Amino acid sequence: MTDPSPDTPAVATRGLTKRFGRVTAVDGLDLLVRPGDRYGFLGPNGSGKTTTVRMLLGLVHATSGEAEVLGHPVPRQAAAALAQVGALVEGPAAYPHLSARANLRLLDAAGPRDVGDPLAAEVGSRRSRRRRIESVLEEVGLADVGRKPVRAYSLGMRQRLGLAAALLRGPRLLVLDEPTNGLDPRGIAEVRDLLLRLNEGGTTVFLSSHLLAEVELFCTRVGVLHRGRLVAQDDLDALRGPTGRTVVDVDDVEAAARALGVPPPDRRRTGEPAGRLVLEGSSVAEATSRLVRADVAVLEAAPERRTLEGSVLELTS
Amino acid sequence: MIRVELRKLVSRPRTWVSIGLLCLLPVVVAVFLAVTGIAPRPGQGPTLLAAVLGNGALYPAAALGIVLPFFLPIAVAVQAGEAVAGEASTGTLRYLLVRPVGRTRLLAAKLVSVVAYTLLAVVAVAVVGYVTGISLLGNSGQLTTTTLSGTALTPTDLAWRTGVMVLSIGWSMVGLAAISLFLSTLTDSSLGAALGGLAALVSSTVLVTLDAAGSVRDYLPTRYWLAWVDLFRDPIPWHDLQVGALVQAGYVLVFLGAAWANFTTRDVTS
Repeated sequence: MTDPSPDTPAVATRGLTKRFGRVTAVDGLDLLVRPGDRYGFLGPNGSGKTTTVRMLLGLVHATSGEAEVLGHPVPRQAAAALAQVGALVEGPAAYPHLSARANLRLLDAAGPRDVGDPLAAEVGSRRSRRRRIESVLEEVGLADVGRKPVRAYSLGMRQRLGLAAALLRGPRLLVLDEPTNGLDPRGIAEVRDLLLRLNEGGTTVFLSSHLLAEVELFCTRVGVLHRGRLVAQDDLDALRGPTGRTVVDVDDVEAAARALGVPPPDRRRTGEPAGRLVLEGSSVAEATSRLVRADVAVLEAAPERRTLEGSVLELTS
Repeated sequence: MIRVELRKLVSRPRTWVSIGLLCLLPVVVAVFLAVTGIAPRPGQGPTLLAAVLGNGALYPAAALGIVLPFFLPIAVAVQAGEAVAGEASTGTLRYLLVRPVGRTRLLAAKLVSVVAYTLLAVVAVAVVGYVTGISLLGNSGQLTTTTLSGTALTPTDLAWRTGVMVLSIGWSMVGLAAISLFLSTLTDSSLGAALGGLAALVSSTVLVTLDAAGSVRDYLPTRYWLAWVDLFRDPIPWHDLQVGALVQAGYVLVFLGAAWANFTTRDVTS
């Protein structure tokens, strides 16, 4: 097995389609996740995110189209690809009568001894198992759960255990479906920090979520899924890019409107805060200089930016 | 993977509880027999039971005869029905498959685990049967045991015949396990798969007794289930045992093939 070159996409699909009977769950998807990306796969519930994730992991077979994960076609070479992938799909799962450690031991023993990475010969080995388990439990904050069976865990603890299982073999790609489900705000922040650390260490993160805020805080690149189709795939900054309009906040909105030669805004209609003007086709520099010359005090002036929420709603309406 | 499945099998309390219960029934029966000294008349009651009073070394066979019609098949069908469907319903199936564990390998490991459970159960019943038989029903003070045909058996003879019996019963259970395992790959409900296996068993039992179904009788899975009783006749009529083993082999091959074909191509959406 050849090691893929550094620019091999972490995930690439061409026309990936899945039909369940007459229902088309995923329709002609062209995903591209570059190595090192923090990719946010956004879409409302039922838009086909989970089906896509399952196809990438070889659990569900595509009706047509192709998918490559870490340079290996899936599902044909799923074993080679998946050895270097850590996944959390539709909630964590574990044997309820066993402890976290026993669960991780079984899971690790079930996996292949050789993960196909000559630099990581230790990764699947039995000798390093105990050490690896302790280190991932530490990372997700479950180091002192003891021998309590998973049956007695809270949803948040199960989620952490699921994350630990995904990290167990130091994967090059993490595929996470709603990883912060059931976590409290502090837990969510901890998981985000952990994922950021891993990403800095070179791990590509594919995060599937319906939570815009989560994606906006974490991801560098976003794909938006709507009714099984990819309606946008771009860098986060592009989706939040300037609209070309300028927003100025002033103390006297009437005077400002006169100075700029625009009609005074009807506040009841626009819903903008008092003293705000939204200008078409005018830069911040131009607007402020005209306002200063007219002796209108400028409180704030900035180019208007799209919010991720606005972009997504626009794309999916 | 096989080692992982075996470890799962022995680490699960249910394995031991079900085997314990399997062993309990023959012990209860032996206690009643020993206390009252009333044996069923020959030809009545569970298989071989008429012959065991004062002949404790034959009790392992009688014990298996007691659990064979219902208890043992239920335990095996539940275990095999749970194999894949149980992992699917706890959600662990998807995590095993993305670890990754090849689907064929997983199915093979499940099969080994189910067969190990079956053998464990059969051997446990036989051993417990032997111990209870010797201690409660006595060994009639002689070194020989009498067969159903009235001839004498040396302990060595009895030992190998009991061994063949364990294998023969185990093999018929593997046939049932194959059916349940196939159903287990079809559904995410382990209960459904286990009940499906038992439904096949009950249908077969009904059809075997039905003269109108005579044309298919010889191909039914339970047709030769009691052929191992022949091992305790002298000389042993091997015919039924051999045909029975072949019929079971047919069921094992067909249903394992179907289980493999289905499991390796299906979408895992659990």
